[in-house]
Amino acid sequence: MGASDFANLPHIGESVRRKEDYRFLTGAGQYTDDVVLANQAHAVFVRSPHAHANVVSIDVAAAKAAPGVLDVFVGADVANDKINGLPCGWLITSTDGQPMKEPPHPILAQGKVRYVGDHVAMVVAETLEQARNAAELVDVTYDVLPAVVDVGAAQKAGAPSVHAEAADNHCYKWAIGDKAQVDAAFAHAAHVTKLDLVNNRLVPNAMEPRAAIGSYSRANDEYTLYVSNQNPHVERLLMTAFVMGLPEHKVRVIAPDVGGGFGSKIYLYAEDVCLTWASKKLNRNIKWNADRNEAFLSDAHGRDHVSHAELAMDKDGKFLALRVHTDANLGAYLSTFATAVPTILYATLLAGQYTTPQVYVEVDAWFTNTAPVDAYRGAGRPEATYLLERIVSRAGWELGLGQDEIRKRNFITTFPYQTPVALQYDIGDYPACMSEAQKLADVAGFAARKTASAAKGKLRGIGYSSYIEACGIAPSNIAGALGARAGLFECGEVRVHPTGSVTVFTGSHSHGQGHETTFAQVVASRLGVAVDAVDVVHGDTGRVPFGMGTYGSRSISVGGAAIMRALDKIEAKAKKIAAHLMEASDADIEFVNGEFKVKGTDKMVTFGQVALTAYVPHNYPLDKLEPGLNETAFYDPTNFTFPAGTYICEIEIDPQTGETRVDRFTAVDDFGTIINPMIVEGQVHGGLVQGIGQALLENCVYDKETGQLLTGSFMDYAMPRADDFPHFEIGHVCTPCTHNPLGTKGCGEAGAIGSPPAVMNAVLDALSSVGVKDLDMPATPHRVWQAIQAAKA
Amino acid sequence: MYAFTFEQPTSLSDAAKLIAAGGQPLAGGQTLLASMKQRLASPEQLVDLGRIAELQGICQDGQALAIGGMTRHADVAENALVRQHIPALSALAGQIGDKQVRAMGTLGGSVANNDPAACYPSAVLALGATVHTNQRKIAADDFFQGMYTTALQAGEIITAIHFPVPQKAIYLKFIQQASRFALVGVFVAQTAQGVRVAITGASSSGVFRHKGLEDALSKSFTPEAAAAVKIDAAELSSDLHASAAYRAHLISVQVQRAVKQLAG
Repeated sequence: MGASDFANLPHIGESVRRKEDYRFLTGAGQYTDDVVLANQAHAVFVRSPHAHANVVSIDVAAAKAAPGVLDVFVGADVANDKINGLPCGWLITSTDGQPMKEPPHPILAQGKVRYVGDHVAMVVAETLEQARNAAELVDVTYDVLPAVVDVGAAQKAGAPSVHAEAADNHCYKWAIGDKAQVDAAFAHAAHVTKLDLVNNRLVPNAMEPRAAIGSYSRANDEYTLYVSNQNPHVERLLMTAFVMGLPEHKVRVIAPDVGGGFGSKIYLYAEDVCLTWASKKLNRNIKWNADRNEAFLSDAHGRDHVSHAELAMDKDGKFLALRVHTDANLGAYLSTFATAVPTILYATLLAGQYTTPQVYVEVDAWFTNTAPVDAYRGAGRPEATYLLERIVSRAGWELGLGQDEIRKRNFITTFPYQTPVALQYDIGDYPACMSEAQKLADVAGFAARKTASAAKGKLRGIGYSSYIEACGIAPSNIAGALGARAGLFECGEVRVHPTGSVTVFTGSHSHGQGHETTFAQVVASRLGVAVDAVDVVHGDTGRVPFGMGTYGSRSISVGGAAIMRALDKIEAKAKKIAAHLMEASDADIEFVNGEFKVKGTDKMVTFGQVALTAYVPHNYPLDKLEPGLNETAFYDPTNFTFPAGTYICEIEIDPQTGETRVDRFTAVDDFGTIINPMIVEGQVHGGLVQGIGQALLENCVYDKETGQLLTGSFMDYAMPRADDFPHFEIGHVCTPCTHNPLGTKGCGEAGAIGSPPAVMNAVLDALSSVGVKDLDMPATPHRVWQAIQAAKA
Repeated sequence: MYAFTFEQPTSLSDAAKLIAAGGQPLAGGQTLLASMKQRLASPEQLVDLGRIAELQGICQDGQALAIGGMTRHADVAENALVRQHIPALSALAGQIGDKQVRAMGTLGGSVANNDPAACYPSAVLALGATVHTNQRKIAADDFFQGMYTTALQAGEIITAIHFPVPQKAIYLKFIQQASRFALVGVFVAQTAQGVRVAITGASSSGVFRHKGLEDALSKSFTPEAAAAVKIDAAELSSDLHASAAYRAHLISVQVQRAVKQLAG
């Protein structure tokens, strides 16, 4: 079935109410902490209070003797049991041909701690209170070392070394593009725009903190790990094959209802392994639930780039070349996909929506005494979009061109389009997104609104951002050549029951995305059954074939495509059964809206009749066809998908206090085919809130001297709240993806990718009248006020 | 949270006895319970003041409003007497924390805790209120003694706070974006004793009156008079969220705006 046929099916494009809402809204969800196993004990982790220290000694005697304590585990126990460190899933090769530095990432500290929150010991007790009490009795003697927390300090000569294996703290130097060609283009440029910027570090803060239960059954030597995670098969593969050396078939990973991930629950964390390992040692089920403080300290953080960019143009504002250098903070250890974020997922997006013929990007990645940094909603693409869209608006201002005009002059308009940074865009319509956004944003009325703001003593600015992202990372063979240590396909199994209802098993994982509804719509539309007749199962390696999980806005385009492949098989087999029942040839069977018909006749059997026949094969071609109607497919995409759009933000600033508010926000996205517009709108809203949050509120700060996390709670880390935002104006343009059977592109991250530069461009547009030329995120009132004061001085 | 015992006395005298014997009074718990959950506080016994009738209620007391120490923020925000006589105080209460905090947090708890960024202390100070305890009456000017420090003695319970009704008053809060406590909160009141200006959130020593602003505004209650007062940043706190200079600037701007709104 082609994408255009698919888009015309019933239920496609319908805002079906979410099937999962009843259980979530009535408090009936089953999150990891809701799972209560018999014989369950509780774990508490003893974490480093220091950013960098040698562990001189650990005295666990008092803790072990405390009431209810089952055992206390430390690094030496891990070493004795030969449990490996956590692996990194993406190998980056430096420009000199050397592999990246990959120091060990132990599950419990081996003689040294490298960030505040680093895991030192695990206490297991009968109750949570007993485990907490005993954890306070673990007596660790530290020899505190000087710490580095930012990329500037990490690369200074004589800086403290986070790892002996990377004495200069340098993990890799990586580059993409043709440097000589870029330099040549700069030599002939009529105008060069330069920009330094910081992509601020963020703490993910999923509503449900990380949680896990390690469970072991001695009867059959099997482990079960319940874990709040986005990709249980990947978790199992990494844990069994790389860390614990367990046979995969003896380990089941279940990620039940998960309360938000945003990337931070993709990874294999030390706690997950510790619980699994200890469950066998103690023959107990062991639960751990992070509290919010632990989440701040030990979830993988996001962003944290420092970049310099230069854009070369001809006299008409046509882009000739882009040159970028980025320093990326990886934190203390390499988290699962940390190394891919500032390289493959970042630099390849720096052509943006533009015909820039030459792009050269160099990335230096550094170890610091901070929590590991990894993919966070957008993962590299927000960093790329922020840089590119900031410098493009600035170039427009320098050349006296409008933010729209400079973009329009450089938009790619013919497809497929090969960028100079590896990607090939299959399709898009960037001018259409721009004009639709301008219409919805009432750009024509901006001047009047600016005048009205001025009458109130406020500064109003407008900001544009025309983003592109690459979703559904693939194909596996190309990713492998680029260093991926895993495949990037997805699986789907469609199980038609004898009475015609359907259970779908998907390797994609839903942690707020509404897959149970969207995927059911896909299946219902194809088979002509009610959406309620289709249930979706995910998040359990014991029930679902090997899948890769949910990240990078891949679920519908990769996971949905796998289900479509399985449906193709179901349909083909069902047609054979129908042909037999109607004594017709397979080739003459049409399947429309749940009915099989013989072309040119009024003969018809329903999908339900065929399903029943498949399982009660009394009148059945048993000599030619197996009974049953249950098909599995794996889908490996041939290319990324490329959602794109234009966002327009209007900001109002009180120049006396620096108070900055988003007054209007318009997002026009091209996600290709949209299956459930309500769910897509919800994803866009969530993304916008996170992106605007980064631009105006959120900032993770470590003390430069001590390495303490200064923004370690919601008292100091500003999470966006509903009243921080205006109504969002949402629009769509649709150019269906050309290479998957649904025509979908993915919508989960767009809002977080496209919005930060739109906000900051609006802030800078508003502040241009008072002489402010540059500002880093987040544009807090304090920072805005300081920038105004500095411009006055 | 460590284990503790929990008492719910129904009379002030019973509560006082328990507290004198080492119990920790619990008002709305919006600071104390969070601290206990984080194991930063570990009382062996909590003495819940929530069932003591003497600590409840809002009534008129001559030219003042008497608000019981255990009155919840939400009740102060919604109360008709407060809205009628001191709308600035009900507005202040309605901006504290979020709905859940306002449903639990109490006037007495907030004032006894004296968080340097809390809202209520600025109202108590600017309105020249009197803090009534189970032992005595304490004038607002004598009550606040620095960050988390008050004139309260061990075992002393705030029974009510008497707020003289001002001629006019206003509270303007500029929020710290993460906590939504006051980054700078200014309470400006025109009272029988002259203009009083109390500022919260700006100093690590807690709420304070600004004499320069009060003198200038007592002479001329105009934004211009406020603007002419130089705010000394040296006394103010500098942290992750704001420099002392920014806080000083915000004090000036907020007081000017407060005066403009009151005058206008």
